Amino acid sequence: MFDYETLRVIWWMLLGVLLIAFAVMDGFDLGIGMLLHYVARNNEERRVVINSIGPVWEGNQVWLILGAGAIFAAWPDLYAISFSGFYFAMLLVLFALILRPVGFKYRSKLHNIYWRAMWDLGIFIAGLVPALCFGIALGNVLQGVPFYLDDMLRDFYTGSFRELFNPFAILCGLVSVVMLIMHGGVFLAIKTAGNIQKRAIHAAKICALLTILLFAIAGYWIVFKIAGYILTNDVSHIAASNPMHKQVMLQVGAWINNYKNYHALLIVPLSAFIGALAVLLLTSLRCYRLAWIFSAIAISSIIMTVGVSMFPFMLPSITHPEMSLLVWDSSSSQATLTIMLIASAVFIPLIVLYTGWVYYVLRGKVTQDEINKNTNAY
Amino acid sequence: MISLDVVQLSRLQFGLTALYHFLFVPLTLGMSALLGIMETVYVITGRTIWRDMTKFWGILFGINFAMGVATGITLEFQFGTNWAYYAHYVGDVFGVPLAIEGLMAFFLEGTFIGLFFFGWNKLSKGAHLMVTWLVCLGSSLSALWILIANGWMQHPQGAIFNFHSMRMEVTDFAAVLFNPTAQAKFVHTISAGYVTGAVFILAISAYYLLRGRHVEIAKRSMIVAAAFGLASALSVVVLGDESGYVATENQRMKIAAMEGMWNTEPAPAALNIFGIPDQEHHLTRYEIKIPYLLGLIATRSISKPVYGINQLVVEAENKITRGMKAYAALEILQKNPDEKSAQIILADYQNDLGYGLLLKRYTDKVIDATPAQIKQAAWDTVPLVAPLFWCFRFMVAIGLFLILLFATSFVMLAKKRWENKWFLRTAFYSLPLPWIAAELGWYIAESGRQPWVIEGVLPTFLGTSSLSTHSLITSLSGFILLYTFLAVVEIYLMVKYIRLGPPSLENA
Repeated sequence: MFDYETLRVIWWMLLGVLLIAFAVMDGFDLGIGMLLHYVARNNEERRVVINSIGPVWEGNQVWLILGAGAIFAAWPDLYAISFSGFYFAMLLVLFALILRPVGFKYRSKLHNIYWRAMWDLGIFIAGLVPALCFGIALGNVLQGVPFYLDDMLRDFYTGSFRELFNPFAILCGLVSVVMLIMHGGVFLAIKTAGNIQKRAIHAAKICALLTILLFAIAGYWIVFKIAGYILTNDVSHIAASNPMHKQVMLQVGAWINNYKNYHALLIVPLSAFIGALAVLLLTSLRCYRLAWIFSAIAISSIIMTVGVSMFPFMLPSITHPEMSLLVWDSSSSQATLTIMLIASAVFIPLIVLYTGWVYYVLRGKVTQDEINKNTNAY
Repeated sequence: MISLDVVQLSRLQFGLTALYHFLFVPLTLGMSALLGIMETVYVITGRTIWRDMTKFWGILFGINFAMGVATGITLEFQFGTNWAYYAHYVGDVFGVPLAIEGLMAFFLEGTFIGLFFFGWNKLSKGAHLMVTWLVCLGSSLSALWILIANGWMQHPQGAIFNFHSMRMEVTDFAAVLFNPTAQAKFVHTISAGYVTGAVFILAISAYYLLRGRHVEIAKRSMIVAAAFGLASALSVVVLGDESGYVATENQRMKIAAMEGMWNTEPAPAALNIFGIPDQEHHLTRYEIKIPYLLGLIATRSISKPVYGINQLVVEAENKITRGMKAYAALEILQKNPDEKSAQIILADYQNDLGYGLLLKRYTDKVIDATPAQIKQAAWDTVPLVAPLFWCFRFMVAIGLFLILLFATSFVMLAKKRWENKWFLRTAFYSLPLPWIAAELGWYIAESGRQPWVIEGVLPTFLGTSSLSTHSLITSLSGFILLYTFLAVVEIYLMVKYIRLGPPSLENA
């Protein structure tokens, strides 16, 4: 079907598609979790907010599960090194994600204010921690991660948990947090009315501004401070995956080389700014659906910016740059990439189709009346 | 070399979180099907009591489902966080069914579960029924794909070692997909899930009948549970037997250990129903044997022998020597990938490369192993015999008891003897049995495969991440705390809503 080189590029793009799908589809759930205490001040309001995503968040979260599964199958070494290297960060994300289903499901099962306050906090943490940790992880990937491989290609991570929280990584974490709050705020503007809606729009606007500001600072940092990685020899694009056969050098600002060589790529970071600006404008004009689309564009563009800047690097090693993972030397075999592509081509359109139908059935604003009528509401 | 503490702790963490996850999975599998059946009756007959039944059992289903979802992600993450070398070595094969599970099953389940709870007033009867069945289909498909993945760990076919990338790679995906081990395990596991759902509904309905509450709903629920449960329990045992037959061919050591059988039983082999296995002295004391039976079950013939542990260890010794040759060739190829003679040697011996890797526990170089070390490594291929021997017997006993329970229920209900206290109490106290059997079953399947994480290919102690003991103790403590807290919450809610019963639908 496709040759190995093409398949690797396709799977690099599909990895982006899946991460973006997670950020766009589950991102507003995380954002709404973070907004819960601010936009909803009493129990009735909180139930409206929680039920605005109640029926759909579970399906949305599958994008994360699929994303992780696809990295496992298509980029096994990336999966192995990043998950085991970021051990405690991953566990924090995991614990936070475990709180989410139970938080939603169990919160309204008892009429006790302490019980509900506890789960509200759980839902807030379940929104904040993954958003922050994924941003911090990407911030570290952009700088390179301390790992090496031995003869058997076993990986050894030599960094510590504390080192993950360096200034640039924290900045990336904040970008991730504010962009997802913006996204959640806009979603609430569509699904709610009255005070909740007013506060949600307010939060979305502030976070759209912050997204622009923080993303610009991160861009400045990448251009002038951070050492990017440059491949200095020819690496076969069709050889069996083994990240031990290359030479790499570091240079400040090298992460913008791809844009220097292909100016058209600048559209990617630019549309992040355009998207966030459009959110500001469109929420003021009360076009919330359109604002949500532009918010999704901003989020997608921010994630794509990371991928496009680093290509063909996937996971650079700061201690052993020559062992960094590339698109060309860390993928699965050609057979596996082909099988996975066929499976994705069949099922992803199907998923989009039935997810669309579910959103159509659930269209319209969530009201207290409706929640009181449904015994299964959260 | 990797510290054995890290290996033990990683195994403990995965084992505990997997067993915990599997407290919720079988009930999801079974109840989703039972909800589908109840709602189908509602749609066909139009009697609203069947809708109320679906809604009431749906509340309990939902409490359980949330925990299943929450604890499932842990397992996927752990392949990366704690089993990094495993992910590198077999991700090319093992990752595929896992990813397809997401594409094909989790999305169905995750997307439609919301509509199941929120769609009662927004969908037509028929559309809601379809949603319920799609949730059921999704959970069944997820069981299918995870057992294809697990089946490959038990019987890795359709893949080959690639020395360029130092890992296993897919050569024949159809062989991975239609792995006989996977197929037998899938039907065995999913039927066990159906049994769990049926026992749950049977037991709680019996509780209502004992108290004389919610009698109309309880009676109808019992009939559905008894009929569905009887068919499922029969299927668990038949397919468990199929699983055993497949394992006789592919995992002879596991069968020998389960039977506490140290020496090859000449055909037709006798079955041990009792004995005290003694791992240290390589024998099983106080055996009570039934002639012919094991031969019939395991080989479906009276002419084939069933191999014993001692003979299989000798075989393992030979494989280890061959594995050392493969490893020596591999070392040459790592320096010079084009060396033709080494390529030929590796091609000849690579099926036993995994056995060579067993020596890594004793010598990092592998090829300098002494005969004593080889012997030691060969004895490592024997799993812990006594726990396997006993767990297996308990599991089978529970399986047979449950068939009896469902058959009795069937007769009692047909004769309309709703008020027989003795029967109702037995049904109620049987509640924990399917969970115990399911957990024992997983213990047998996974512990019986030791020392391998991928049978014959990758020893478990090589599969872990390069983490410190300290990290593992921290994470394991975290899991224990969080999971204990969640278990308390979930059991509390379950009991509360069971006590409230169907009226909880009105005052929620």
